[in-house]
Amino acid sequence: MDENQRRAYWRRNLRLMAVLLTIWAAVSFGAGIWFVKPLNNIVILDFPLGFWFAQQGSILTFLALIAVYVWRMDRLDKEFGVDELEEEGVHHP
Amino acid sequence: MSEIQVWTLVFAGLSFALYIYIAYASRVKDTAGFYVAGGGIPAPANGAAIAADWMSAASFISMAGIIALSTNGYDGSVYLMGWTGGYVLLALLLAPYLRKFGKYTIPDFVGDRYSETARMVAVVCTVVISFVYVAGQMSGTGLVFARFLNVNATTGVIIGMVIVFFYAVLGGMKGITWTQVAQYSVLIVAYLIPAVAISTELTSIPVPQIGFGQILAELDGLQRDLGFAEYTAAFTNMNMLNVTLMTATLMFGTAGLPHVIVRFYTAKNVRAARFSALWALFFIALLYTTAPSIAAFSKLNILQDVSGAAVDNLPGWAQTWADVDLITVDDLNGDGVIDYGADAANELVINNDILVLAAPEIAGLPAPIIGLVAAGALAAALSTASGLLLVISSSIANDVYYKRINPQATEARQLMVGRIAMAAAIVVAGYLGINPPGFVAQVVALAFGIACASFFPVLVLGIFWKKCTAMGATAGMLTGLVVTLAYMLWTIDIYGNSEGIFGIAETSFGVVGMALNFLVTIVVSQFTPKPSPVMQELVEEIRYPGRTKLIEAHAKGELPPDVH
Repeated sequence: MDENQRRAYWRRNLRLMAVLLTIWAAVSFGAGIWFVKPLNNIVILDFPLGFWFAQQGSILTFLALIAVYVWRMDRLDKEFGVDELEEEGVHHP
Repeated sequence: MSEIQVWTLVFAGLSFALYIYIAYASRVKDTAGFYVAGGGIPAPANGAAIAADWMSAASFISMAGIIALSTNGYDGSVYLMGWTGGYVLLALLLAPYLRKFGKYTIPDFVGDRYSETARMVAVVCTVVISFVYVAGQMSGTGLVFARFLNVNATTGVIIGMVIVFFYAVLGGMKGITWTQVAQYSVLIVAYLIPAVAISTELTSIPVPQIGFGQILAELDGLQRDLGFAEYTAAFTNMNMLNVTLMTATLMFGTAGLPHVIVRFYTAKNVRAARFSALWALFFIALLYTTAPSIAAFSKLNILQDVSGAAVDNLPGWAQTWADVDLITVDDLNGDGVIDYGADAANELVINNDILVLAAPEIAGLPAPIIGLVAAGALAAALSTASGLLLVISSSIANDVYYKRINPQATEARQLMVGRIAMAAAIVVAGYLGINPPGFVAQVVALAFGIACASFFPVLVLGIFWKKCTAMGATAGMLTGLVVTLAYMLWTIDIYGNSEGIFGIAETSFGVVGMALNFLVTIVVSQFTPKPSPVMQELVEEIRYPGRTKLIEAHAKGELPPDVH
């Protein structure tokens, strides 16, 4: 990678991180804590929604966020030709 | 010997034999194998090992009980969100970069990236956090043995020490990793079987995560009738400020825990480190989405079966636990009936730690399943204990002995020091498990506060800010550590017992310490000597996957020692 490519790769990585971390905060602190009371007035499948986000929904969202991150970074690595496949990255001494 | 004890012995015996066999089959001969399993573990296995490493006696035995009994349903969510949310931070901000950087421990990263002084501060933090944590695992082991095999807790802890000694000292990280994969399998099967059975029985839906919605309205109603706040109502025990801060402390603390971070060094490469985080959270989520359902189901059973029952006619499971004093019934008003309620007239006290162990009995499941749950609890406690002991021994053998005392030490000698440090750590951990200092239960949650306040900022800034300086990081770590410890001592019941600032609980304070750490690190870095150009180049290199000469030279230890 030359200097420009490096900068482009890093910028796209940072942008992906910013988007995912915003969702991370919105679901856990937002839906699970700050807005839990109003959300609890909505009941879906017998679950008060705020309570559901706090005990189940946030965990499932976290899992989805990491899955998206792993998938998008894989694509980014391929695009920039730095994918590792099964080869070992760094050897330990 | 009762049927339950026989089955417990069978499952515990079989699983222990398996762990030791695995450790024997994967014994190691070099330090890379001992510290990081040679760095060649495939992602799904590494994820299962992280999950077992991470889910301790507290997750397996205590968490559902804390959600159901000591807090009020909703408030237990701080653990559910806090302990899983940290994995998002780990996956996005730390895992791939630390893997690319290479090496063995957190102090290794801190020492190589910043300075030798910073390395020593990091060693102290690592050892403190890990010992605090491991004491809880050892006493958890004792509790399980005491209840299911009728030996006393001390004997239980000693049995646990001997088992861990065999597979950790022999196999190092390689043995521990593959043992943890087996331990994860045992613990998750043991956790899910009773949960599925109870959910089917109460709601005829075999998926507990969905089934528990069905009982929430009934549970809320029962709680209201007995004078408790509703199970799903928010902020009844803790206010919004404390819920927010404690969740954040557990999240950032998780991302700074030495025994979790070291696991990303064991991954095959950068890509495998990312996938490890995904697999880890998947395996953890299986248990963490089940725990709140077990909590709700058990709470409902307790309210229906025990509350209002005759004092001399307790249900069988309650009597068994009452016999070992983990359930106490005190008929205060002498009417022969158990009055369970939120006020001083309450006549029933249930220890949080028995809920999961008692769940199969409460649901009337057969003895083999109860034995399996006991084996699962032991797997949870022992897997975490071995991971922590490894972190302690590698910090001492690698970062103190090899890097500071004797850099000329041969491979064989380093390995021997690692094993001796491991053995010594096991003895200390066992002692702490047998004679737990009174504050251990409180301090385990505080380990997260310390990890959060000391490590998270120096790791993140070390990766994302090339100009973060050695003096900045050292000053920041010390500030976070000292301020957080001081606040805890000031507010914990048995010491200062103060209200604190804005009523912030000691368990919620870590993230405040972390903010101070960030502030101090950034300010001091403005006025102190910048890292060398080579170091800045190295920090930039770890942002991209694939091989590069500089990283390779660093991994082989060929960079000059004063490269900071």
